[in-house]
Amino acid sequence: MRHAKKRLIVASLVATSLVATMAGCASGAAGGGSDGNNGELTVWTHNGGNVEELAAVQAIVDGYNESQDKTTVKLQAFPQASYNDSVIAAAASGKLPCIVDIDGPNVPNWAWAKYLTPLDLSVDLDENLPSTLGIWNGETYSVGYYDVALAMFARKSVLAENGIRQATIDQPWTQAEFGDALEKLKATGTWTNPLDIGTGDVGEWYPYAFSPLLQSFGGDLIERDEYQSAEGVLNGPEALEWAEWMQSLATDGYIATKSGADSALDFQNNVTAIQYGGSWAAANNAAALGDDLAVMPSVDLGEGTKIGGGSWQWGVTTGCADTEAAMDYLSYSLSPENIAAVAVATATIPATDAAAALVPGFEEGGNLAIFREFSAQSAVLRPETPAYPFIATEFTKATQDIINGGDPQDTLDAAVTAIDANIKSNGGYTQK
Amino acid sequence: MAISQVAIPEVAPASAPHVVLGQKTARKKRVVGIGGWILRIGLAVLFLFPILFMFVSSLKPDQQIFGDLSSIAAFLPIGNISMDNYAAVFDRVPAARFLVNSIGISAITVIAGILVNSLAAFALSRMRVRGKTVILTLIIATLIVPFETLALPLVWWVNQLPSFELTELGFMFSKGWIDTYQVQIIPFVANAFSIYLFHQYFESIPKELDEAARMDGAGWFRIYRQVVMPLSGPAIATVAILTFLPAWNSYLWPLMVVQTEELRPVMVGVQYFFQLNVSWGEVMAYSTLITLPVVALFIAFQRSFVNSIASSGVKG
Repeated sequence: MRHAKKRLIVASLVATSLVATMAGCASGAAGGGSDGNNGELTVWTHNGGNVEELAAVQAIVDGYNESQDKTTVKLQAFPQASYNDSVIAAAASGKLPCIVDIDGPNVPNWAWAKYLTPLDLSVDLDENLPSTLGIWNGETYSVGYYDVALAMFARKSVLAENGIRQATIDQPWTQAEFGDALEKLKATGTWTNPLDIGTGDVGEWYPYAFSPLLQSFGGDLIERDEYQSAEGVLNGPEALEWAEWMQSLATDGYIATKSGADSALDFQNNVTAIQYGGSWAAANNAAALGDDLAVMPSVDLGEGTKIGGGSWQWGVTTGCADTEAAMDYLSYSLSPENIAAVAVATATIPATDAAAALVPGFEEGGNLAIFREFSAQSAVLRPETPAYPFIATEFTKATQDIINGGDPQDTLDAAVTAIDANIKSNGGYTQK
Repeated sequence: MAISQVAIPEVAPASAPHVVLGQKTARKKRVVGIGGWILRIGLAVLFLFPILFMFVSSLKPDQQIFGDLSSIAAFLPIGNISMDNYAAVFDRVPAARFLVNSIGISAITVIAGILVNSLAAFALSRMRVRGKTVILTLIIATLIVPFETLALPLVWWVNQLPSFELTELGFMFSKGWIDTYQVQIIPFVANAFSIYLFHQYFESIPKELDEAARMDGAGWFRIYRQVVMPLSGPAIATVAILTFLPAWNSYLWPLMVVQTEELRPVMVGVQYFFQLNVSWGEVMAYSTLITLPVVALFIAFQRSFVNSIASSGVKG
């Protein structure tokens, strides 16, 4: 028995030393574990499950791999809904790839957190739509192939039957006109809630879709000189006007406080009369309604029509072992042909004029050119500050509370207090 | 005859109300029985509705799913019915690969979990271990810490572990388990609740059996293998089911630690369908596909399943 115990102790010691030795070897090897070693670099994209966009990006990767023999690029796709979580977890464990996909408004935060390094590309980015560039502290950290836009979708026949004018870029609906249109549609009794603004979608949709309405009233998410406080802009008189207007949409029964799971399908099924949605819904809406579909700009609530700007973009990570190769790949990927191919696959707005000329519908006078005009004329970038993810969360909560009957002024004041406290506790997000 | 004449009137008045009462009771019982069945069938149908909706919707195009929502048609396979959504699922997601991954991960977690947890429980229940009550209390205490709290530290921790790789140059060591199969299995093998279940069950097996086995020259492992475990079928079934379900439904952890698509389990696949334009028919088709193995398992082990839920409900 005593011998058995001795054997056990000796065996345990040997096993422990072996594991410790392995761990030691492993630590030694860890330094060389970052992506970009050995002529291989990885690109992460949010397109898992998005068959068309993934195929277009894969074609760019394949094209690059065939064009040279120095570097092999590998594409790794993640589903969009969980992409950010995967990146943050990878950053925490030091396992980020060389190139990542980033949702535009998150760029300052990721740059501040030192996930991203400033871009040094061989292409001229001046040609890009401003909303397709991720800029923070005067440096460009990301560049996108496309942007998306917000629009109002309706049936031309419904507008005509109810004596409602079809809005145009030159003459969007005013607040009064919009209110009158909703009143008429509600009075028909055909729709429980004639307008669908996507209140059921609680992701990035809220800040993307509803902060432009706030800006059209003259308010904003944060002051944009120093990005240090939301006081006076998110709870000032203009913001209060916006909040009361949003609340009245619900109390008057024009919108549902929680819309259906799919606003576009509800609109196509005539559950709602007007859909306030993204340009990505245009193709399916057009397929369902044909020539009866009216695509209109967002409503002008006083300070002109505003829509959200900034979609998915590409950046190079700080831990990349071969930054030069990563920049070379990104430069290659930004050719007009590549941008056009992605825009065709995703029915999005091409980032450059040269690419737009290659995309059917986006050429001058094309049926999709209206979205490029919306984007060029009305796009407002979400605040370019590392505080944006926090601001977005607070704004979403506040908007939900307001729509559900919360006191507008108190709700906005609470959001401002939380945002200002967050900025202060992070040292103003100036540098990490 | 006289006896019968006497006997009959004696019995008749006494038995008549009894028979009527008996009939009434029987009728009442029958009514209650039928009512109970109707209630149970009603509840079963009610609980079946979401599954029925999921399956029926998986056969319809998106526009029809939403068009049918406000009527009973939502639960009926009528209209434009096809298997198109199922075909599309395999275009969008490597569903077969995800299913194989989940089956493998769940099976290994269950088998390893039964072994490790029963061994731990056996030691705490049968062997002389100093402070075993304290050890068991500490193990059970870990149940109060939710996994979400531990997730990030655990990511860091598994990233420090040594990993072996077989390359063309031979065995190589590297650091970190991120993006592997083992990182989806090993952290979930040891489970406090499983240890507790085994421990409680082992306590109900007479210790005299151990002594008899020891008299016959058996060591601890032989007692575990040939005496205790063969008598612990219900506990093994319960632990197997309670380990399988979270392993199959695992979502947050693989999301954090798996980067390569080929290593992902089924639940992460659900997210592939939530694009800017969601294809709800495909969501339903994929959900049906990943529910089938669980339903098959449920049908195969129905009794153990119900017992395990009941026992975990009481004891947990």
